[in-house]
Amino acid sequence: MIDYDYKKPESLEEVFSLLKEYGPKATLIAGGTDVMVNIRNTKKAPEVLISLRGLKDLRYIKKNKGYHIGALTTHRMLELSELVKTELSALYDGASRIGSVQVRNVATIGGNICNAAPSADTAGPLLVLDAQVVLEGPKGRRNVPIAEFFTGTYKTVRKQGEVLVEFQIPAEMGHFGSAYWKHSRRKAMNLPILGIAVSLKLDDETITDARIGLTVAAPTPVRAYKAEEFLKGKQLTGDVLKEAGKIAASPECCSPRDSIRGEAWYRREIIEVYVARMAMLAAEKIKNR
Amino acid sequence: MERFKVKLQLNGEAVELDVNPSETLLETLRDRLELTGAKDGCGLGACGSCTVLLNGLPTRSCIVLTAELDGSEVSTIESLADGTKPAPVQESFMEKGAVQCGFCTPGMILTAKGLLDRNSRPTKEEIIRSISSNLCRCTGYKKIVEAVEAASSTETPKT
Repeated sequence: MIDYDYKKPESLEEVFSLLKEYGPKATLIAGGTDVMVNIRNTKKAPEVLISLRGLKDLRYIKKNKGYHIGALTTHRMLELSELVKTELSALYDGASRIGSVQVRNVATIGGNICNAAPSADTAGPLLVLDAQVVLEGPKGRRNVPIAEFFTGTYKTVRKQGEVLVEFQIPAEMGHFGSAYWKHSRRKAMNLPILGIAVSLKLDDETITDARIGLTVAAPTPVRAYKAEEFLKGKQLTGDVLKEAGKIAASPECCSPRDSIRGEAWYRREIIEVYVARMAMLAAEKIKNR
Repeated sequence: MERFKVKLQLNGEAVELDVNPSETLLETLRDRLELTGAKDGCGLGACGSCTVLLNGLPTRSCIVLTAELDGSEVSTIESLADGTKPAPVQESFMEKGAVQCGFCTPGMILTAKGLLDRNSRPTKEEIIRSISSNLCRCTGYKKIVEAVEAASSTETPKT
């Protein structure tokens, strides 16, 4: 039996005072699908678990001068939201492929991002949707662009006394089309070998703006900026997208490694192919609106 | 270490527990209450053999803390049959031969029940998506999917 204490605060203020009291001995737990598994897997437990389940008003998906998603929103809520499916489709693609329905019923988007696995399925979508991460501490809130949130494998800029409370997505992202591909061997209960997210803005057949997010392609989820730059102003053609895929797969944009799930050379090939395919899907989303 | 008083509605009965904060729902059910229908498979939330219905939703009891659950409703496989009469979904698992070693079966049946309670006529796609929460390592999923299809109200099994 692994022993630890457990606290269930009812407000953010209580969370902050508990975090202050216990410092690094405390671990925040939301849905628990990562935290509980880590505790059971490593047989090492924090001294205190601080549950965020009592913070019921952090579960929401709203559109109001941009999109606002509460940190405790479950992946199931995202998967079932028409707004997410039609206007933030990459996020729908990512949220609906995490774990299984049972996992998605409890696992939260804030937890997925704070755990900061290189394979996080909502990270690629949030990268291409230009999300801002809202962190709150006892002294107030601060916004961090998601591209600057991850500092290493399982490491983020979140300070010990802070809580991730919301994701904000700019209103203009609603005019982009977006798509995410989780490349994995099984359809459920699996981590991706690779994740590829693309968002695009089109003026007729010209790509006016683009974002590419890659997961399991580097120690943290990353943007493929060079490939994005290449796409801007180009025509939406097979050759152009293929070239963007090549750039995204090159060492200028990513550094995949050999692991039990796949080898680096294979990951680079998948990036090359799927950047083009996801860009096509993203463009279709715009045309079908 | 603080202990937690937890009131549950367990299989239709009010239960009051006094638990250690790090006790999982699966430990409470199996070790404290001797309800061994929920199985301890991977212990990591991956296999689904510990599935119970938590407030009606299929949930992995090995990664939920009992201390979290004050005021919740929990149903285990033991609550499904009416006396010696199996529930329709249990009946159709038997009829379709959707059981081999049986280790995944309680979880499979509760996952299926969780789906059917909310959606009495799921499509095959929805059934497959739903039971993808649970692993079966004996054969495959064909007969399990058939059993859930048979249990849905499109084809109510003979009782």
